[in-house]
Amino acid sequence: MAFDKMELREVEVWDGNYAAAHAMRQAQIDVVAAYPITPSTPIVESYAQFLADGYIEGEFVMVESEHAAMSGCIGAAAAGGRVATATSSQGLALMSETLYQASGMRLPIVLNLVNRALASPLNVNGDHSDMYMIRDSGWIQFDAFCPQETYDLNLMAFKVAEDHDIRLPAIVNQDGFMTSHTAQGVHTLNDDVAYGFVGEYKPMNDMLDFEHPVTHGVQTEEDWHFEHKARQHSDLMTKVMPKIQEVFADFEKLTGRKYNPVEKYDMDDADVCVVCMGSSVETAREVATEMRTKGIKAGVVGLRVVRPLPFFEIAEALKGVKAIAALDRSSPNGAAGMLFNEIAGALFNTDTKALLSGYVYGLGGRDLTKAHLVALYNELQANADAGKVTTQLQQFIGVRGPKLAFL
Amino acid sequence: MSEVKNIKNLKEFSTSADRFEGANLLCPGCAHSIIVREVLNATNDDLVLAASTGCLEVCTAVYPYTSWDASWIHIGFENSSTAIAGAETMHKALKKKGRLKQPDRNPKFISFAGDGASYDIGFQWISGCMERGHNMMHIVLDNEVYANTGGQRSSSTPIGSSATTAPAGKISYGEKRNKKDMMAIMAAHGIPYAAQVSPNKWKDMVKKIQHGMAVEGPVFINAVSPCTTEWKFDPKDTMNIADLATDSLVFPLYEIIDGRELNITYRPKNVVPVEEYLAAQGRFKHLFKDEYKYLIKEWQDRVDEKWAYLQRREEARI
Repeated sequence: MAFDKMELREVEVWDGNYAAAHAMRQAQIDVVAAYPITPSTPIVESYAQFLADGYIEGEFVMVESEHAAMSGCIGAAAAGGRVATATSSQGLALMSETLYQASGMRLPIVLNLVNRALASPLNVNGDHSDMYMIRDSGWIQFDAFCPQETYDLNLMAFKVAEDHDIRLPAIVNQDGFMTSHTAQGVHTLNDDVAYGFVGEYKPMNDMLDFEHPVTHGVQTEEDWHFEHKARQHSDLMTKVMPKIQEVFADFEKLTGRKYNPVEKYDMDDADVCVVCMGSSVETAREVATEMRTKGIKAGVVGLRVVRPLPFFEIAEALKGVKAIAALDRSSPNGAAGMLFNEIAGALFNTDTKALLSGYVYGLGGRDLTKAHLVALYNELQANADAGKVTTQLQQFIGVRGPKLAFL
Repeated sequence: MSEVKNIKNLKEFSTSADRFEGANLLCPGCAHSIIVREVLNATNDDLVLAASTGCLEVCTAVYPYTSWDASWIHIGFENSSTAIAGAETMHKALKKKGRLKQPDRNPKFISFAGDGASYDIGFQWISGCMERGHNMMHIVLDNEVYANTGGQRSSSTPIGSSATTAPAGKISYGEKRNKKDMMAIMAAHGIPYAAQVSPNKWKDMVKKIQHGMAVEGPVFINAVSPCTTEWKFDPKDTMNIADLATDSLVFPLYEIIDGRELNITYRPKNVVPVEEYLAAQGRFKHLFKDEYKYLIKEWQDRVDEKWAYLQRREEARI
């Protein structure tokens, strides 16, 4: 063996970045091509240190930009091996051209996206603008709410993406700083068990099989382009979610940790609920529990899989709820928020006639406090009691100046 | 160890095993296909190829067809170099891990790109690849213009050329700036090998490509590619134009080893005046008006000066 295994404690104290770096190490990636950017930088720094200390056998290339990072990942993946990288924000924006190319070429690359605001004004802190920007890029997108989930979802992402029925790249999102730099207890798998779960990479249409030359990245115009895009969408709509469910089930068998495309918290009898993503899910769960002591039947729905969107699972989770708040951590810049629209779409043709309101919060790393959420749940209860939305449909939480509300 | 292919004559060369099919959509008389065939025919080793968006790419991989009988990848306009660097890195990783399907092969990793994709939009990517020392070759198919999109100027477009975004007109002689010296910039990376080639000098080309394939590390090749459509000459004259390019010394053939040692590889017996090279192409037609003739004189002076410089560099061995 040309590399060393690492002895891990059953529970390590890791932040989200370190958890991601360990999962990448354990997956025995063949090529990582990357470019550092805050707040994802510690992932590639840790990975470089693992390499320097003899824990990694694969190749690690620090390139000259994020666009080059994903370009190198695409070339490496087409050559036929396991590939991953990490980025944030402006880096993702710079590599966005290649994200569409990676998914269109059906190359199963795993990208750790440590969510951060997009300039201008420049901001290094966490919000979901970057995640939202590339939501139509054809990548599978998971969302981790804490370091443990960052670790687990990384291991699972390879297994989903690389399956020969799927062959699509996957992003694991985590909140910049809130998750990436906040250390928590993380239950680990030992190196052999983790690699055993991810499995060996099985190449397909690999450029390095010289007996079977392949052409990657062809030209198609109006005669074939639509069929290719339709096929990709079709696979995302029909094949990916069952595969995710299967991998979630395998992971639960191995670890006892259960994952769902939509994570429900106290939703069985909830009258009012918050739908959100990232580290806010955990804050909302705490507040929901407190609201129940005050007689408000509060619940939380966290979106674990952002793409493909768990359309029916969202509708199922929200069945029977009276008032819903969609929390978007990205400025919609002239529209309702993405989650607001997705939830509205998922519920529109169902019997659930819940009242839906949207909230924009936490831009550029602004805290979402428990007090904000208490007020929000009270507002939802008021809506439920009145049988109508008592506020405007879109409100901003936690922004200075006069209250901002629209629609 | 790869074997250096022994090529006896042009007939044998032109009929040797062909991994780039004649079935493609390039213009009749396009030098791109000639250069690519010359490069690919220089070796029997396995090839992993990349192309940037451009004439070569859009004309050779139109679904459901491909002209490539070797593994080939296209991602975008700016990144064929990095695509091939990624593939080369994967080869290194799988070799180390013992997972190559054909471990006894000795593949060569080559990216092709036009001058727009190399001198302009892909400049940073190529520089990164050269700096990081990938075992690869980047070949510029230098037709001095964005030919695929209809003849817009690039930083390779020479002064006085009429391009669609720098057209000659009532008060303009066309492109105002001198061509960027990519050879010097690439050599400044300290790469083991950089060379300028031309399709008419096929023996010189093969020698340089084989040298480039034999060295460890990044190799940069600038290939002059006369463009019948944008340079405006008859498709049957491609090789004549290439002859004028090399024999006028507008495109001197030379190589730079390890970023230092410069060798001139072709010295024309009869140097042709630059004016003859310019006169053969429609893109320079307007320079022959009285008011612009001074530009032809200036051009000749520049070529003479560069030739003198190359000779001094060669002599000085620095």
